[in-house]
Amino acid sequence: MARFKREKKSGVQTINTSSLPDIIFMLLFFFMVTTVMREVTLIVKIKPPEATEVQKLERKSLVSYIYIGEPKKSKMFGTKPRIQLNDQFARVSDIPAFITSERQARDESERKFITTSLKVDENIKMGIVTDVKQELRKSGAFKINYSTRKVGKIDFNRLY
Amino acid sequence: MARRATQEINAGSMADIAFLLLIFFLVTTTMDVDTGISRKLPPPLRGDEKPPDINERNIFTVLVNSRDKLMVEGKPCDIRMLRERTKEFMSNPQNREDLPEMISKEIPGLGIVRVPKNAVISLKNDRGTSYKMYIAVQNELAAAINELRDELSQEKFGRKYSELLSEKQIQAVQKAIPVPISEAEPENIGEK
Repeated sequence: MARFKREKKSGVQTINTSSLPDIIFMLLFFFMVTTVMREVTLIVKIKPPEATEVQKLERKSLVSYIYIGEPKKSKMFGTKPRIQLNDQFARVSDIPAFITSERQARDESERKFITTSLKVDENIKMGIVTDVKQELRKSGAFKINYSTRKVGKIDFNRLY
Repeated sequence: MARRATQEINAGSMADIAFLLLIFFLVTTTMDVDTGISRKLPPPLRGDEKPPDINERNIFTVLVNSRDKLMVEGKPCDIRMLRERTKEFMSNPQNREDLPEMISKEIPGLGIVRVPKNAVISLKNDRGTSYKMYIAVQNELAAAINELRDELSQEKFGRKYSELLSEKQIQAVQKAIPVPISEAEPENIGEK
C-alpha cells in the first residue's frame, strides 16, 4: 500500500521558502554583531585630517573619545573651537575628571590598555590640542590616538 | 497512528519579524573603522628634573611655526622632503659626522644590525600650527620609520614589515628601529 502518493507535478513550481527565516536570521545576527551604536551625538563639526600611515584602533570598548571642533550650531555657540566630552561641551579642566570616570567604568585589569582617541577637526589650531595633551599627561592617560582618515597619498598642496 | 498532533506555532511570520529587525540593524549600523596615528605621551616632567643631555648630532629637530612652515635642523624645509630627510637621519648611510653615530648591535632574531646609537626626533609646534599640518608632519615621520622597517624586514625576512606574521619578528624589527619621536615641552603653557 502506497502510503505516500506521489504528487503530480503540475504547472508552476514553487520555490521552497521554509529556509528563508534562517537565512534572514543569519544576516540579522551578522549585523547585530557588527553594529556599533553611536553613543554620543556630535555637537562639534569634525573632519579628520588625512594620513597614510594609520593603524586600526583595536578593542573599541577600551577607547575613550575626546572631540575637538567648531560647534555645529555656530549661531548659538559661536565658532570658537570647543571640546566635547560625552554629550556636552567641556573645558580643558574637565578632562582629568573625564579620564577618571572612564577608568572607573572599565575593569581594573584592563585599565592600562585604555586609549584616548583624539577626534579633532583638521582646521583646528594646535593650541587647544596641546592643552588637552598636557592635561592627559597629568592624568596619566599616555596612550593616545590621533584620529585620521586613511588616504592613499596626502595632497600636500591643500595643506597651505 | 494514534499520536496526538501537537499544536504548532505558526512560523509563517517569522521571516517578517526577522526582516524587520534586519532592516533596523542595517540602518543603524556604522561600518566606519576607527583609524589613526597612535602615539605615547611622555609622563609629566617634575620640576627638578632636567631633560637629558643629548649630543647635537643625535637630535633631528623639526619645528612647525604658526604659518605651517617647517624648519628642519635649523633650515627651512618643504614637507615633501621631510620623509627623505628623516630616513637619512635615521640610517646615516654615509656615516656623516653631523648625523647620528651608528653602531652595530646584536638583536635577537635579527643578528647584527646597524642602528643609530641614540637618535631622537624632536618635534615642536606652535600653538598656531594647524592640526592638519601637525598630523601631516607626524605622518611623514611615521612613514619614514615604516619605510626603514620595511627595508630591514625585507632584507632579513623577505617580506614587508606590515606583512610579518610572527610576533617575535615584529618585536625584533621594532627593537632595531624604534619610534624615537619626542615632543618638546610646550613653552607657553598656561597663557593664551
